[in-house]
Amino acid sequence: MNRYPVWKYILIAVALLLGALYTAPNYFGESPALQVTTGKTAVKITSDTTARVADALKREGVPANQVSLEGSGNSAAVRARFDSTDAQFKAKLALERQLNRDATDPDYIVTVNLVKNTPAWMQALHALPMNLGLDLRGGVHFLLQVDAKAVLETKIKGTQASVRSILRDKNVRHAGIERSGNTVEVTFRDAETRNAARNVLSSQIQDLQLADAADGSDLKLLVTLKPAALQRTVEEGVNQNITTLSKRINELGVTEPVIQRQGADRIVVQLPGVQDVARAKDIIGRTATLEMRMVDSTVTPGTELSAAIPLNSELFTEGRGAPVVVSKDIILTGDYISSAVATFDQNQQPAVSIDLNGDGGRKIRLVTRENIGKRMAVLLKEKGKYTVPTAPTIQGELGSTFQITGIGSIQDANELALLLRSGALSAPMEFIEERVVGPQLGAENISRGLHSTLWGFVAIAVFMIIYYHMFGVFSAVALAANVLFLLALLSMLQATLTLPGIAAIALALGMAIDANVLINERVREELRAGATPQQAITNGFSHAWDTIFDSNVTTLIVGLALLIFGTGAVRGFAVVHTLGILTSMFSAVFVSRGFVNLWYGRRGKKVAKLSVGTVWTPGLPAEKK
Amino acid sequence: MEFFKIKRDIPFMRHALIFNVISALTFVAAVFFLITKQLHFSVEFTGGTVMELRYPHAADQEKIRATLRSIGHEAPEVASFGTAQDIMLRLPPVKTAAGATVSSEAFKAVCASEGGSPKQINVMEKGQQIERTSCANAAGAELVTLQRVDFVGPQVGDELAESGLHALIMVVVGVVIYLAVRFEWKFAVAAILANLHDVVIILGFFAFFQWEFSLTVLAAILAVLGYSVNESVVIFDRIRETFRKQRKMSVTEVIDHAITSTISRTIITHASTQMMVLSMLFFGGPSLHYFAMALTIGICFGIYSSVFVAAALAMWFGVKREDLIKPVKEKDETDGAVV
Repeated sequence: MNRYPVWKYILIAVALLLGALYTAPNYFGESPALQVTTGKTAVKITSDTTARVADALKREGVPANQVSLEGSGNSAAVRARFDSTDAQFKAKLALERQLNRDATDPDYIVTVNLVKNTPAWMQALHALPMNLGLDLRGGVHFLLQVDAKAVLETKIKGTQASVRSILRDKNVRHAGIERSGNTVEVTFRDAETRNAARNVLSSQIQDLQLADAADGSDLKLLVTLKPAALQRTVEEGVNQNITTLSKRINELGVTEPVIQRQGADRIVVQLPGVQDVARAKDIIGRTATLEMRMVDSTVTPGTELSAAIPLNSELFTEGRGAPVVVSKDIILTGDYISSAVATFDQNQQPAVSIDLNGDGGRKIRLVTRENIGKRMAVLLKEKGKYTVPTAPTIQGELGSTFQITGIGSIQDANELALLLRSGALSAPMEFIEERVVGPQLGAENISRGLHSTLWGFVAIAVFMIIYYHMFGVFSAVALAANVLFLLALLSMLQATLTLPGIAAIALALGMAIDANVLINERVREELRAGATPQQAITNGFSHAWDTIFDSNVTTLIVGLALLIFGTGAVRGFAVVHTLGILTSMFSAVFVSRGFVNLWYGRRGKKVAKLSVGTVWTPGLPAEKK
Repeated sequence: MEFFKIKRDIPFMRHALIFNVISALTFVAAVFFLITKQLHFSVEFTGGTVMELRYPHAADQEKIRATLRSIGHEAPEVASFGTAQDIMLRLPPVKTAAGATVSSEAFKAVCASEGGSPKQINVMEKGQQIERTSCANAAGAELVTLQRVDFVGPQVGDELAESGLHALIMVVVGVVIYLAVRFEWKFAVAAILANLHDVVIILGFFAFFQWEFSLTVLAAILAVLGYSVNESVVIFDRIRETFRKQRKMSVTEVIDHAITSTISRTIITHASTQMMVLSMLFFGGPSLHYFAMALTIGICFGIYSSVFVAAALAMWFGVKREDLIKPVKEKDETDGAVV
């Protein structure tokens, strides 16, 4: 009766194999590698870069073992692995020479680091090592708070300007526009004009919420942003800052940086291997600036590179819109751009829609009115160097909201929108948390965590085997399987392992043994009550299961509570704790039963005695006397 | 091997009153210390800066304190941990906007007082780039190294305390609901009261000894809360089973029997878990010290409260056989075919 059908054994075997497979990447050694990223907004890391890196290395006589593209979007990086640190160093110099035309202003940043030697076939199966948290590998952690109030204020100012210009455009006469807090108050002389204004405004800007109010004899229209629009504004501000930060941090040349949004208005930045807080902060705090200027129309298009440059103009050769000769007078700076998003124009062609705030609308109207048919250049200034993402032709008089069309693909539109935004100071940020862990302390933490888990495990295993004999061995094996499953799951989920996470692994093991103790005690009890060995196994396991299930549910509630309300370190603890409960149910009940069945079940009634330690019966010793 | 050769049921419930008085006293003492001495919250809750420095020789704490005072910190806490070379600085939050620069300024000052100058270095170590600020004298010897910095702005602390409280509430409500559905409300309330009393006692210890109460300690307390509730669940399970099997026993006898027959498992499980926790206490270093400490107290009091307090409370609440054995037909306990 204590036999599992073959499929159950197979299931156990497969689970153990998968566990071993997905845990394995954590044990491979590390090999020296190079990482190629970019700190420039205009440069992208793609598969072309991978090919270039491989080519350059071959040309220089230091071929890499493997060159691959990792990550995507802003976190994309090309990695090249080498046999020795010597080759790594040579390759670094070679790549820097080959990839960057200008050494003082490099397009690509080459950094050295170590990567795990996970074989390619394992990587293909997505068997990757766990990430180590900062407390284990050393590095800096920042928590930045985006000033949501400032973001909203800028947006409201922009709204105020838009309302003013729209009313003027449509010839609606008002008696003053004022801003108080997050509300724009427009005063009118009569109800008729107010109605007209409301119609005009609601048709022109979708995000507004309009309400009537009266102040003495004055009629007022209260303009506020819809809650959804408010939320979107803050969200855009945060996302925009994340994009900007990613680029800045790539410039630092950090391996595997983490830049994530936390909650509504916070950004977590983690830079492994970096210890210098001051420099990291300096770079994070900096933003690119954006300028809009008129293209010099005295220079014939196409001859920019050879023509004489007028005194009040400059030649720019970098970027999509280049080469172009541009006036030195600035029409607008990036501060005036409150948003830039990729959309479609009325012909369903990709376009970028731009919103200007404050005085921006008026400024651009004055200039564009007189320059219809001419070109205006958008300049991006990073580290003192200019690039020209675009130089569109002015089709008509522009206001505080306008579109750039004729861009090409929607991807180009997205990219341009991103470039336009990256110049804008979207939202001021404040450092509200800072954590630095030295690499030495990180290494100490790893060994402490490992040692506590290891010795705790050994102590429990030894005790179980002494106390429960063969059943103790099964319990220890089940516990080992539990570690395997837990590590495999964490690796599969690509969880970040922290010191509290390791503590949670240890605690999960300490708690998981409960299930086996319950089972073993039950089996003893059944034997004491006079059950046959096979019956004792069956009843022991089935009675214990109810209790194990109940008690794990309560632990699971704790795990979930910590998962929902915890942040940072507590979250890492909670993830492991919760997973540990799930794996322990599987391994303690299913896997250990599998081994028990394999050992005792197959022999059926021939089993005369179970090796579960002393089964003490109250009556017996007395009878012996 | 068998540790528990118990011949007949131990009459735990006969002494229930004494146990309850003992827990009431401990509880009151814990509350007393929590009020008078208060918890020593970590920087995560209070805001401020914590720095760990490592010196090549035993550090002169008084000198460090004086240095920190000279750059405007009124009450810097300086203490060694582990060895005399490892120093922990704790600087209360500074009101000025530049709160985040406190750590670099403090390091600069401490470094200068040792006669060195902070310098940015960028080293290649075993094929990995490490960038850090070192403090070296003219001869190039490293005078003090910065091991760790934690800066927490004051706005974060309140939120952490709040979310910690939310987590606790969710655990309490979740456990009560689950136990009420699975058993009966009297058990649910008894279990949660007994285990919350553990939590208060752990907090009392932290207040009395002025141990640092950090986020990881909070996680440990919640984990141990769940763990102790398990304990009560195991006993309640037994009580229900005994009610079913032994129709003639009185309620007190049933409870005694249930506790006696699970006591072996209770102690062995807790001992096993405690072995792991002790291992963390011995090998885990300072970062895991208080975590393991909270767990140790929790585990010890967990046995006591779930065995003596929870069951006794359930008894005072007047738990009856009818509460657990519903008139609805339960699943038959016997295996196999029944005629």
